[in-house]
Order: sequence, then C-alpha cells, then structure tokens
Amino acid sequence: MTPGVAGPNRPGLLTSPDVRRADLSGPPTLDVARVRADFPILARTVHGKPLVYLDNAATTQKPRAVLDAMAAYYTGINANVHRGVHELSARATDAYEAARERVRRYFNAASIHEIVFTRNATEGINLVAHSFLKPLLREGDEVLISAMEHHSNIVPWQIACEGTGGRLRVAPIDDTGALRMDELAGMIGSRTRLVAITHMSNALGTITPAGEIVRLAHAHGVPVLLDASQAAYHMPINVQALDCDFLVATGHKLYGPTGMGVLYGKESRLEAMPPFLGGGDMISSVTFEKSTWNVLPYKFEAGTPHIAGAVALHAALDYIDGVGLEAIAAHERALTAYATDVLNAVGGIRMIGTAPDKSSIVSFVMDGVHPHDIGTIVDREGVAIRTGHHCAQPVMERFGIPATARASIAMYNTREDIDTLARALHKVREVFA
Amino acid sequence: MSELTDLYQEVILDHNRRPRNFRALADASHSAEGYNPLCGDRLTLYLKVADGVVEDVSFEGAGCAISKASASLMTDAIKGKSVADAQALFDRFHRMVTTPPEQPVEDLGKLSALAGVREFPVRVKCASLAWHTLKAAMVNERRTSTE
Repeated sequence: MTPGVAGPNRPGLLTSPDVRRADLSGPPTLDVARVRADFPILARTVHGKPLVYLDNAATTQKPRAVLDAMAAYYTGINANVHRGVHELSARATDAYEAARERVRRYFNAASIHEIVFTRNATEGINLVAHSFLKPLLREGDEVLISAMEHHSNIVPWQIACEGTGGRLRVAPIDDTGALRMDELAGMIGSRTRLVAITHMSNALGTITPAGEIVRLAHAHGVPVLLDASQAAYHMPINVQALDCDFLVATGHKLYGPTGMGVLYGKESRLEAMPPFLGGGDMISSVTFEKSTWNVLPYKFEAGTPHIAGAVALHAALDYIDGVGLEAIAAHERALTAYATDVLNAVGGIRMIGTAPDKSSIVSFVMDGVHPHDIGTIVDREGVAIRTGHHCAQPVMERFGIPATARASIAMYNTREDIDTLARALHKVREVFA
Repeated sequence: MSELTDLYQEVILDHNRRPRNFRALADASHSAEGYNPLCGDRLTLYLKVADGVVEDVSFEGAGCAISKASASLMTDAIKGKSVADAQALFDRFHRMVTTPPEQPVEDLGKLSALAGVREFPVRVKCASLAWHTLKAAMVNERRTSTE
C-alpha cells in the first residue's frame, strides 16, 4: 500500500475483493505476510522479543490504512458535523455520513436510518435497555439471555429490570460451551420481552445459531438483540438475512478505533423508541417548554459524535472487506484448530470451550498454575494473552474455575505465533515444575 | 529469565504449592474477605486476637501463586505478634512492594521474597491482597454467631 493514498472514502488496501476472488479457484485464502506488513505495531518488540499479539478478543491492532484515515481527517477536514455552511463542515458531514453508509453495507442493513453510532457495543446495549426495554417491562416480564454472555449483555438488562418487576432468565450452555437450544426454545414465552444473545462468545469462542434463535423468538413475537462484538470481525453478518431486531458491534475489535461503536436497529423499532441521551444534534427544535426529536438515526446521537472515529471505522471496514471476511474466517478457523492441537500437546492443559461451532478463541487452564502466572511468564516471551474472567464471570462459574488463560486469534496471526506461545507455555511448566 | 526467577523464587513456589495456615478458623475473633475484581483472586482471612495479640491466623481462597504465597508468608509472619506490630508490618511490606525496583528496600526476612514483584507492576496488587485483607479484618470484629 502506498502511504498517503488511504483517505476516508477510498479503500486503502492491497487489492479489491473482486480481483482477489477472480484469481482464486477453491477456498478463499489469505496472504498473512502481506496482511502483517499493513500493521505497524506487529513490527515492535516486547521485553526484547518480537511481539506475538494473541489478545485480539480484547481489541485488535490497527492497519496503517486506519491510522492514515484518522490522521488525514484531522489534518485536512476537521470540523463539526451537521451544522456549518462552511466547506470543512460540509466535508466532515460527508465523511461522517459516508462512514454510516459503509457500516450499513458491512452489515447489509436496509437503510442508513438503522445505523446509530455509539461509543461501543456496551452503549448500544444500554441504549436498547433504556429506550426499548425499560418502558415495556411489567411485573413478571422476562429478558432472556444465555449463560455465556459478556457482562455488557447482562448488567444493562439488570439495571432496566430494577424497579419494574421484570427479571433476567438465562438459557444454559452444555459442557462444551454450546448453547442448549432445546432449553432456550422452552424459555421463550408470553412473558418474554426480549432475547439478547451473543453471536460469538468472547470467553469460549462458541458461535451461536443466531438465525435460528431469531426464528424461535419471532415465532412468539419476541424481538432479538444480537451482541456481535466478537462475531463482527470474524465472519460475514447480514442483519436482513438474520432478521434480528437489534445488533451491536464495536469499532476497536473491527481493526478500527476505540470509542466508536455501532447499534443496528430495525427502523420500525427505533422509530417507536424515545431518545436515550438528550442534547445537541438529536433535536428538531428546542424551546424551554418542549423539544422535539430529530429523525433517525440522529435522534439517538446526542452531542458532537466521534467523527474521526467514524472515518477511521470506514477505513477499517474497507480493509476487512479488502482482505475478505470469508478468507479471514477460513484462516482463523484453521489456526484455531492448529492452536488447539499444539496447546494440547504441551501437557497438563485443559481446554475451556470446545463447542463444535467455535473459532478464534482458545481458552484454557493449566494444572497447578493460575492463569495470571501463565500470563506474566508468557508476557516475558513477548506473547500477549488475556488472563482472568474475561468479563464473563458466570461462564467461569459454569466451568467451576476462577479464570482462564485465553489466546485469541485475528487475521494477522500465524502458526509461528502459536508455536511461540507453546514454547512459552513449556517455560511456565518449567517454572512451576 | 532473571526477573522471572526473582519473581518466582523457590520460597514463593513452595508457599504456593503448600500454603501454610490454609484453613478456616472456627474460633476466629476477626475476619474479612479480600477480593480483586480485576483478576478474580479471592481470599478469606481469619484472625484470633486476644489481649492485643494475634494468637492465630489462617486463610482460605483461590488465587495466583503470588497472592497465595503472599498470604501464606503473611500468616507465618504475624502469628504471635501484637496487633500494633502486625499493623506496622503492613506498612513496611507495603513500602517494600511499592518502592521502584532500582531502589534499595528494607530486609523483611522471608517476606523479602516478594520484593521481586516490583519488576511486575501489575502483579503488586496480587502480593498486596492478603495484607489489605488483614487491615480490613483487624477493624472487622466478627459477629459471634458460632458461640
């Protein structure tokens, strides 16, 4: 990639997906060396060792195209959106709205009115909890989640239930970490007001059958929110095909900036909802007696948004589609299988999360060694993994463990990364022998 | 590996493998639960204090090698000491693990094994958990439901 060509509206990448696909016969492939060259941070060392970044489920690294897009925005465009008649404000508004159109296309939403920019996935869930769920809830009503949810898909519902008499119900998972669909089906009923489920577990890697969950819920007239924080950067997502009512994702896991999230909501749903936050940009008119709300999606975007973040997210989605989500998914699945074999061969390791449909997450515990000690020792080898409860304490409880060590894979990871982790785990065993 | 061997010294690995005073104390006069929400380490500390002296002390819980070894070493260090001495030891220990690694620290005997944690700033809280729990327990007289 030539430095400087990546602007907010230009795909700053390698080759276009079409060219790439035309060159291939057979399954999509990914040129990892070429991808790695696009991520400046991967060239650095940690504790004198080459960085092996395997904490992607927490946040992914950023390609140069994203960094350049953000710098180009602040260098040449910076102004506030939706309010100025001057040139820069018009261009900033164009760039911001072009990002919205890019996100619409990424998730195949029907309209840009259905794409609300938030700070992160958590804010999207809180918005739905506050503006959609809470006004509906009556004594005895239920919100159905699963036993593998991130805290961000638990706590906002608990807060919404408070004082309403509504309650959380939890669909169980089996010993592999797969969702018990039979149980889930039986838990959707006349009191269910919302089903809120992850599309992919951050702690286990389990991929849930989101389309089937939506069909089951809709058969009872119950809307569904999908937490796609993890899924969105690992597999293609089509909200119209899934038919979900809401979906949340976060930019910083999509190889984009922090502080930039997305809420998708069906237009009819969002239209019927009151605002979440009040302020500038979200109003149509304001008097001291009464204010009226702006149209979608601006009704839900109070205050100056993260314009540079939207521009950078645009570049990130261009980058992902340039590499190709199918190629990324195939690469990550193959690497997940490789990592599972290699880590099992280290000895004394138990995998947590072995569902038939899983990817990109290898969570494990080691006999006689606490995950934090694993994390500290492998860090000295330059290997970044996450240790702890992964903001999913109920998952840890389900498996009867306080924490796990988790290696999580992204498009730029290699077999060599996994081999380095395995060597570092042998060191852990030496220290604790 | 040298910083790692400073951290995971034999005495630490030994106390992790075979923690001392690792049990509940039925006749405890004070107790407290220490919890590190960031990493999930959790321990319960029991004290039996009589006439201003820590007659017995024990702990239970789950955590990393550093937090478990630190709790184990602490129980050995404060058993038989006066409450005032235990409190003073808290201050000295806290000073040791928060002094920058290039600066000298006071020799605290076996507790000095934990000085290596200074090279690993994110692990200081693991080493301190038991001590903070001790501080909480000393002001947290147990309600006498077992009597």
